[in-house]
Amino acid sequence: MSLDDPVETFRQEARDLLEQIETDLLDMEHRPGDRALVDAVFRGLHTLKGSGAMFGFEALAAFTHHCETAFDRVRKGEVAATPELVSAVLAAQDHMRALAEGGEASQAEGEALLAALRRAVEGEGAAPVTAPEAAAATVWNIRIKLPADALVNGTRPLPLLDELRGLGPCEVSAIIDEVPTLEALTPAECHLGWNVVLTTEHPRSAIEDVFIFVIDEMILEIEEVAGAGAENDAPALAEDAPPPVEIAARAVKEPAAEAKASRGGDTVRVPAERLDELMDRVGELVIAQSRLEQVAANSAEPSLRAVSEEIERLAAELRNTMMVVRMVPIAQLFGRFRRLIHDLARDTGKAIEFITEGETTELDKTVIERLADPLIHLIRNAADHGLETPEARAAAGKAKTGVITLAARQAGAEVVITIADDGQGIDRDRVRRKAEDAGLVAPGATVSDQELLQFIFHPGFSTAQAVTNLSGRGVGMDVVKRTIEGLRGSIEVTSQPGEGSTISLRIPLTLAIIDGLLVRVGQGRYVIPLGAVEECVELSVEQDLRSTGRSLMTLRDRLVPFIRLRELFATGMAPDPHQKVVVVSTGQERVGLVVDQILGDHQTVIKSLSGFHADVATFSGATILGDGGVALILDVSHLVAAGQRQDAQMRAAG
Amino acid sequence: MGEVANMTAEAQAGALQVLTFDLHGETFALEAGLVQEVLDLTPETGVPGAAPFVAAVINFRGRVIPLADLRLAFGLERGETTLDSRIVVIEHNLDGEPALIGLRADKVHEVTSIEIADTEDAPRVGLRWRTDFIRCLARRGDDLIVVPDLEQIFETRGGARGAVVHLTQS
Repeated sequence: MSLDDPVETFRQEARDLLEQIETDLLDMEHRPGDRALVDAVFRGLHTLKGSGAMFGFEALAAFTHHCETAFDRVRKGEVAATPELVSAVLAAQDHMRALAEGGEASQAEGEALLAALRRAVEGEGAAPVTAPEAAAATVWNIRIKLPADALVNGTRPLPLLDELRGLGPCEVSAIIDEVPTLEALTPAECHLGWNVVLTTEHPRSAIEDVFIFVIDEMILEIEEVAGAGAENDAPALAEDAPPPVEIAARAVKEPAAEAKASRGGDTVRVPAERLDELMDRVGELVIAQSRLEQVAANSAEPSLRAVSEEIERLAAELRNTMMVVRMVPIAQLFGRFRRLIHDLARDTGKAIEFITEGETTELDKTVIERLADPLIHLIRNAADHGLETPEARAAAGKAKTGVITLAARQAGAEVVITIADDGQGIDRDRVRRKAEDAGLVAPGATVSDQELLQFIFHPGFSTAQAVTNLSGRGVGMDVVKRTIEGLRGSIEVTSQPGEGSTISLRIPLTLAIIDGLLVRVGQGRYVIPLGAVEECVELSVEQDLRSTGRSLMTLRDRLVPFIRLRELFATGMAPDPHQKVVVVSTGQERVGLVVDQILGDHQTVIKSLSGFHADVATFSGATILGDGGVALILDVSHLVAAGQRQDAQMRAAG
Repeated sequence: MGEVANMTAEAQAGALQVLTFDLHGETFALEAGLVQEVLDLTPETGVPGAAPFVAAVINFRGRVIPLADLRLAFGLERGETTLDSRIVVIEHNLDGEPALIGLRADKVHEVTSIEIADTEDAPRVGLRWRTDFIRCLARRGDDLIVVPDLEQIFETRGGARGAVVHLTQS
């Protein structure tokens, strides 16, 4: 397994660390004075440097060291975390990532980044924010208790105490209450605690800094001894009025705990293939269980029935648990875009505010990974084409800062992701001109607004007048649309001229499980994804006869084209007397599918079809039914497109 | 290319372990290493619109795998299924990815070894089958065993897609 490779393990860790550092840095842009963030970045860099050196990534360790040094100065209050500094570290971070991945990272580039970093630090160094002035000595009462496994994990208490001693004269006494009797004593565990009375001119934060790498796990209580220079509050903390002592200690510990949780305290990293295998086994179990159920139903043995019911319950629970395991919060994906916006704002010279909503919405991991590229493209489009320049915005009477909102919410078995901007909206005239140039629409023909907007998904369609560095190259909206449809999702655009555009993606919660409507056509059984089903109606005899020439039916005063699946699948059997029509839709388009019988709803694991059947566009996959048989899953977007095409041909033929 | 390398490696070994089976009276052989399992007939699901060579899928241990009929590649008649009918499940690369594929067989014999020295390339004339579908022919007693070139057969979907591949490529 790849995870046994220590270098790969390090890379994984480095990726996580860099991601966390990036998030913290971006947060810092909004909260430059937040100490918890500064500490988190510093610790991240420090860990990265340490692990890097341990695994032989010398270049990475050396490079990271400089960034760490810079942040150490921020931490000590010698320099402020200016936007320039944050930008410099962000840029340096890409270099670190390249070094960690073992790619060719040029030395010169590294030097240039470090030079930029030095400039950012030194430019500020001339005017330190809050130079710690000599404050009158304060007496602190400090109680230290390390976790039992601290020694095993490599924490050495003596240097910590020495470091405290470096802050000022102190008296150390050991707390020996928790030392067990000799028989119960585990020599490798830390049973001692310490009481330290420290007299120092340094602020409380200096004391906490001593324990910065163990503060998450340990108990650290710092109390100011009353009466001894209480008025001399540490200058570095002067901005936020110091609350009562116990609460202050808490406040410091909480952000640390939070940071730890977001790094995934109690999680286990499992390769995705193992989850897929597990999912397959669960699928098989569900099938075996339904066979057992049939056997039990035909048996008079009560104990067999009891066992069968028990197994049915367990299998259902297992399946639900399995689905939850594959779900990850979309925050993972959204987090990446903050950096993108940062870069976009810099490159376009536009002021962009990025708002994310619904980050806790969960989606299947595979889906999330496949959504990254389309979303990057859509966000780039919004920033590049959607938002106007600050001048143009001011001229249009809008706030100078454009807003891009990325939101996710769950709606039934789907997740709806919207990318909205408050920019200029889609220029219909230009879309129309382009469409006419490309021969997609006849000049002067009437086209509904929705149809017009759909043209932007046409291959090779770009309304950008100039190809910029950001968009108008590489993937187009057609690729975005294909990717979304590949995820069994749909995409819709709305746009108000002058007010902005919104693109909504509707994505099924998971690719692995489908809620479907099981139907019979001839002797074959097929699954229609339930999300696409609008309604089921009976195909009346009159309609059946009338529609031999044109496959159109009237449904609530609207003409809906329909496809006889029996003909499409060439079953060669006489139709059932009472055929049903299942009306399915994708977005605005609807089509009726004529089937022989509706068997009911069916939830199961989706299996992909082999390369042999990749060219059969009618089906998007297959599923295994309770009796062990296979049912094919209809690809609704393909069928709808086919139905619309057929309808267009009929119309053209008159 | 890998095929050629395989053949030389086998030639050095001298013998080829194969599973033999019948299709409409002819004996075919598959490299034993490819074979995953031999199944009794299971319910099949037809795939409308698929090439006749792979017109169905089956449920193999919770996976949906294609069921191919080599008879179509060799122009043999499709006989009635009998008590002896089986499905041989093999693992084979399909478009670059390892895939499980079921092959129909009228009757499955045993795993046997054929001497490389006893095999010969398919003759260019005098054979009613496409020679590019045959990897080699082996003689065993009076019997002639056909070792099909699965790579080529799968590539052309049993002959449904392009007669000879390099002709259709421009």
